[in-house]
Amino acid sequence: MSISALIVLIYVLVLASYLGFELISKVPPTLHTPLMSGSNAISGITIVGALIASNELGFTTLSKWLGLVALVLATINVVGGYVVTDRMLKMFKKK
Amino acid sequence: MNIGIEIAYLVASVLFIIGIKYLGKTKDARKGNVISAVGMFIAIVATLFMLDVLTLLEIGIAILVGTVFGIYYAQKVAMTKIPEMVALFNGFGGLASFAVGLSDYYLKSATNLASLDAVNLTSVLVSILIGGVTFTGSMVAYLKLDGKVSGQPITFKGQHLLNLVLLLAFVGASVLVFIDPSQVTFILVLVAISLLLGVLTVIPIGGADMPVVISLLNSYSGMAACATGFILNNNVLIVAGSLVGASGIILTQIMCKAMNRSLTNVLLGGFGQTVATGGADGPEIVVKEIGVEETAMLFDSASSVIVVPGYGMAVAQAQHVIRELMEQCEKRNINFRFAIHPVAGRMPGHMNVLLAEANISYDKLIEMDDINDDFSNTDLVFVVGANDVVNPAARTNPQSPIFGMPILNADKARTVIVSKRSMGKGYAGVENELFGYANCLMLFGDAKQTITKVVSEMKEMS
Repeated sequence: MSISALIVLIYVLVLASYLGFELISKVPPTLHTPLMSGSNAISGITIVGALIASNELGFTTLSKWLGLVALVLATINVVGGYVVTDRMLKMFKKK
Repeated sequence: MNIGIEIAYLVASVLFIIGIKYLGKTKDARKGNVISAVGMFIAIVATLFMLDVLTLLEIGIAILVGTVFGIYYAQKVAMTKIPEMVALFNGFGGLASFAVGLSDYYLKSATNLASLDAVNLTSVLVSILIGGVTFTGSMVAYLKLDGKVSGQPITFKGQHLLNLVLLLAFVGASVLVFIDPSQVTFILVLVAISLLLGVLTVIPIGGADMPVVISLLNSYSGMAACATGFILNNNVLIVAGSLVGASGIILTQIMCKAMNRSLTNVLLGGFGQTVATGGADGPEIVVKEIGVEETAMLFDSASSVIVVPGYGMAVAQAQHVIRELMEQCEKRNINFRFAIHPVAGRMPGHMNVLLAEANISYDKLIEMDDINDDFSNTDLVFVVGANDVVNPAARTNPQSPIFGMPILNADKARTVIVSKRSMGKGYAGVENELFGYANCLMLFGDAKQTITKVVSEMKEMS
């Protein structure tokens, strides 16, 4: 990877982290659990990495199998995370 | 670079940001979750477009298996078990990032060793370390929360030294990998160390510190995803990963502040043990018991009530009968509210979810700082399954291990009733001074059963 490409990635990392800090520090404590399970689902974005890894048709089948394992786990993380967050948020009602 | 895919990733990143923004507002939170799910869907579809048709079958099966299991588990899980589920899913996310890192290493070391440059190798090592620690750490947290392993801190002599040695060994083996990237043995050593470190860092942490641990592991799972973004040179992974990483860190800080402890103090663990020797042995506390009928009468004659829920309420599944109690009180025009301590329960916001499940309006749930001044003009405080968060020793006794922790001023109310299974100590292993106070009455027994009886007494009165 070239240095300039690396610098761009670091820019993205720093700015997105800063944005994350700004956004989350305003979340009221009432929503902390759904926030956590919702962000948990977002961390399943590694599914994108898993898809790419499962697709590699190299010499070794090991890399592909690792990718497929990652894919199953990340899918559980994504789907389960969003569904349970929705289930919780559905219950938050004001009368 | 395929421009279409890159644009799709950009859109997905923006949707994650908007989704998280909405998740912070009670009214829009559900919409926010949907927006972020749409972002995820776009990112997945875009990635599928650049795949070989050859592997589509395997990929389809993997996604199907994951989806079915994910939906099944998410629909079935009880609201009291949400901390367990979050811990488990954190672990899955960590393991996925770990596997992606390892997979990338295997592929490149077998096909194109030259492409394993310093940046790539570093990212692989970071994703193995953080992903591995997240995985085994979350599994231990899950087993502790689920009661399959004792929630007590597990400590042994030289524990911290061992962790330090392992960390140094990781650095050492990493250097060897840099020198000769083709040596798979070193990578396997690194894998073993990172998995072991996850177990060792979570076992010394006690059950009541779980809100901190879960928040921290949540943050790690984001950072692990971020590391895979560096491996694959992929921006959407980095954006989403760092949003989650930041969110977990903020929640960790909030939890630590609410316990008046530093993160180091929580992570080094063994809180219970140090207390046993350092705690002040005060005089034996003499408590006054109260029965179900008298409790009902006290509720009947009060004009304002504050309920302080704790983890014990979740264990007893008492949230639904507390709603019935609330209905009885509201019939009598009693001002009925809940005081929520930030670390009540086993994860941030745990009490709010349980009470929402019992159909209690969220504007009845008041945060500590907003309600603490109201206790002194409240007739009756009802403590259900909470202990340390209402122990006045945190304010008054500098000898106490929990001194300085922000607490709910329940003791300032005219009368306090504590629903408790038995006279056991709180998590911190300290006597609760409150129980001996003149205005405090103990209602012993299973919270669900005793409150059910109180409610039926109240129904008869009216």
